[in-house]
Amino acid sequence: MSYQVLASSRTQRTLTGTARLLFALHLDGPLFVGLCLIGAVGSIVIFSASGQSFSYLEAQLIRFGLGMVAMVALAQVPPRVIRTATPWVYLTGLALLVLVMVSGDIAMGAQRWLDLGLVRFQPSEIMKLAVPLACAWYLHERPLPPNSITVLLLLLAIGIPTLLIAEQPDLGTALLVACSGAMVLLLAGLQLRYIGAMIALLVPTAFVAWQFFLHDYQKQRVLTFLDPQSDPLGAGYHIIQSQIAIGSGGVFGKGYLNGSQAQLEFLPERSTDFVFAVIGEEWGLIGLLTVIALYLFVIGRALYLSTTAQDTFARLSAGALSLTFCVYVFVNTGMVTGLLPVVGVPLPFISYGGTAMVTLMAGFGILMSLCAKRRLVGR
Amino acid sequence: MMRSESRAFSQEQFRARVRFVLVLLVLTALTLLARAVQLQFVEQDFLEKQGDARYTRIAKISAVRGSIYDRNGEALAASTPVDSVWASPPELIRAADQFPRLAEALNRDKKWLEQLVTSNLNREFIYLVRHMRPSDAQQVAELKIPGVYLLREYQRFYPAGEVTGHVLGFTKKYDDIGQEGLELAYDHSLGAEPGAKRVIQDRYGRTVEDIESIRPPRPGAPLITSIDLRIQYLAYRELKAAVQQHNAKAGSVVVLDVDTGEVLAMANQPAYNPNDRDQVSPARYRNRAATDIFEPGSSIKPFIAAAALASGRYHSDSIIDTSPGFVKVGVNTFRDRTNLGPVSLTTIISKSSNVGMAKLALSLPPDLIYETLRGFGFGQVTGSGFPGESAGLLNHHSHWKRIGTASISFGYGVSVTALQLAHAYAILGAGGIRRPVTLRRVDEPVVGERVIDARVAAEMLRMMESVVSEEGTGNRAALVGYRVAGKTGTAWKAENGGYSTHKYMAVFAGVVPASRPKLAAVVVIDEPSGQKYYGGEVAAPVFANIMAGALRLLGVPPDGLEQLPETTLVQAHRGL
Repeated sequence: MSYQVLASSRTQRTLTGTARLLFALHLDGPLFVGLCLIGAVGSIVIFSASGQSFSYLEAQLIRFGLGMVAMVALAQVPPRVIRTATPWVYLTGLALLVLVMVSGDIAMGAQRWLDLGLVRFQPSEIMKLAVPLACAWYLHERPLPPNSITVLLLLLAIGIPTLLIAEQPDLGTALLVACSGAMVLLLAGLQLRYIGAMIALLVPTAFVAWQFFLHDYQKQRVLTFLDPQSDPLGAGYHIIQSQIAIGSGGVFGKGYLNGSQAQLEFLPERSTDFVFAVIGEEWGLIGLLTVIALYLFVIGRALYLSTTAQDTFARLSAGALSLTFCVYVFVNTGMVTGLLPVVGVPLPFISYGGTAMVTLMAGFGILMSLCAKRRLVGR
Repeated sequence: MMRSESRAFSQEQFRARVRFVLVLLVLTALTLLARAVQLQFVEQDFLEKQGDARYTRIAKISAVRGSIYDRNGEALAASTPVDSVWASPPELIRAADQFPRLAEALNRDKKWLEQLVTSNLNREFIYLVRHMRPSDAQQVAELKIPGVYLLREYQRFYPAGEVTGHVLGFTKKYDDIGQEGLELAYDHSLGAEPGAKRVIQDRYGRTVEDIESIRPPRPGAPLITSIDLRIQYLAYRELKAAVQQHNAKAGSVVVLDVDTGEVLAMANQPAYNPNDRDQVSPARYRNRAATDIFEPGSSIKPFIAAAALASGRYHSDSIIDTSPGFVKVGVNTFRDRTNLGPVSLTTIISKSSNVGMAKLALSLPPDLIYETLRGFGFGQVTGSGFPGESAGLLNHHSHWKRIGTASISFGYGVSVTALQLAHAYAILGAGGIRRPVTLRRVDEPVVGERVIDARVAAEMLRMMESVVSEEGTGNRAALVGYRVAGKTGTAWKAENGGYSTHKYMAVFAGVVPASRPKLAAVVVIDEPSGQKYYGGEVAAPVFANIMAGALRLLGVPPDGLEQLPETTLVQAHRGL
């Protein structure tokens, strides 16, 4: 049912050898090329943003390679297996989140890490993939658009991990997890009245969150977003510096390795969350547009693939994963350009470090597996 | 059926939703684009200026204070580069987790650092450690802790330490500003003027690149002093030994070049090390030779005698009756140690007869004595320019009366500094030509002005040579191979409105070689408290030791070889 023979002899004749390989590996050519391009840009930028550190460049390339391996590997997993595994992965992730709450390591003042002896990892990363997949899994055999009970159940399925992650505290990831789930609801044709109701609920929710859930530093971030100059040397420093870096780049930029704000370390977090400002400073408006265009291409292609998927689960999952990627891109760029408050969301495939790179690649692997045009071999 | 219907519905719905999402996506991208254009096109100039302001700084180019040299080019004071570590507390407090590492690099206590930073949070600048070795400071810089910066400064170093301490003085502990001595006197020329430049600095305050020079630094001009470090060292050593030997309270030595008025050596006890002043009481900073006045006692007698010779009524062989060994002036009686009877003026000098001098002075017009003393520089500063130099005390003769004239003739009721007394002897040694005292090296001949007839000066020197003869009071000042002209002085110290009978100033002043003087020197020992206290016993040997070395160092040809056997005996005697 899920597999369909899609073998037009005409298209196959025109495929090159590489494309044959990609096809055989269930990889989508344009998407693959787009991701590689972003990865290449990212490596070039990281070298500059790290103060020309070869060890950073090397680590970045290794991570990108690991991500590639994860993507290709997951693209080989049959969609049926993915679908079957989804609820179990979700539940395991939820259990690990609880475990982290109880016994996780504290790094940088937040309790996010789980030490497995050999590696330490953040269970919240799993949830970035598991939540949208679980939502899609729950919806795929139900009538769409979902009825109110289904919506409520889904909101719970999204809300519990989101709150657990927000409590770690990791507002950025919580936001991404919530968004990834919400994207499934949106793509599942959630009625506009629900959307309206949610937006209406946003104000009291924000108030309650402000009063009871947000940590002081998170409140501070929002306050400084509203008025960065109130604390120019403190919390507002990031925002002011990144805007200065971008603005001083002008249309054509100061040239590669010549960004004074970045190279002289006036720009904080220059190789991680604020790497977009380095691009703006060194490559100017042209560079920003190029990078945004690359992202739009990848997002567009991923969304297109999701519309070609053959079943509801695949469509919803693929669509949600693409849109999560989209949220990454625009939350980060919005934060760096001063349009949004500072939330710890990296720029996908360009920001240095973190497990985000591997997670995102894994997401694309799943997406490619779900949307691959497959021949039925031996059937 | 139901299932496929659902699927068809959802597929249609899904496509619509994707279109809807695409619209949102494009809107978001456009917003971002608009923002980028706003930042990089509309506000570019403003933000670029803001950016430049972040990393361009006007930096001070520190300039070195001028070095001080002795007359032969030996360095007496030099500035060496050091680094001071400073911090911006509001910035540094954010790196509080780095405090242990920082404290370790600074070689300070962690609690001290925390206390310092937290109690100065409202300030933008505090020194953490002043004047670290540059290599140590570099280790602090390499920690790259935000809010910690280095500042290049210079520390003054005095290679000769105690030996030149009083002459040179010192600069303020952390600033290159002269505070005492020559450092103060020549601060305007020694002092450097820092330059300014525009530089690119990174966030840690390290200069990455120089852009342009705004004002070049002007280093301080070097100062070449008149001091001869070799003689200075000799003077210091001999004085210190004598002060210790005689358990004296203090002491001073001044050695002048008779031909130029240059100060070749000026040393005092007690001394201090200008490189490490923390433990020393500021009283020790005083350059007593220039700032402290004392009553010269008999060492003034040659100048009274010079006045007598200048009057034309006396010559060196004129007989003055000193019997019965005392003289009454008003209610006061002045005594000699023994009744010398009628003796020549030369003997009065060589035996240092107070009675003879008083009778001599009383026979002269007071204004002549006054003018003669003024001519030799009494009651005036020497012109050395040394900060805090005293002019001594010499009342106008109209206030003297007979008792005053008599007292002054043997050195009471008049006060001098050691430097002033040395100047007066130098004038005698120069044949009556007065040249200003200077602490800078003089390369041109100094003309000077005549204050007394050359014949009188020559006669005085001959008389003063008799002081150093075997019968004279200053025989311990005699040198092997050189003729010495000098005068002893032993003065009671003024105390509680009268004179102490057991506290003395022991003085010896003289010029060498007597046939054609090159050096004038004064040795003052304050309160020798051993068995010996006469100038001829305490100060004269110091004079002899310093002069013997100095004459040899300067290569002055001997003029007293015919007296060799005699003086050798004296030398041997002194050695005991």
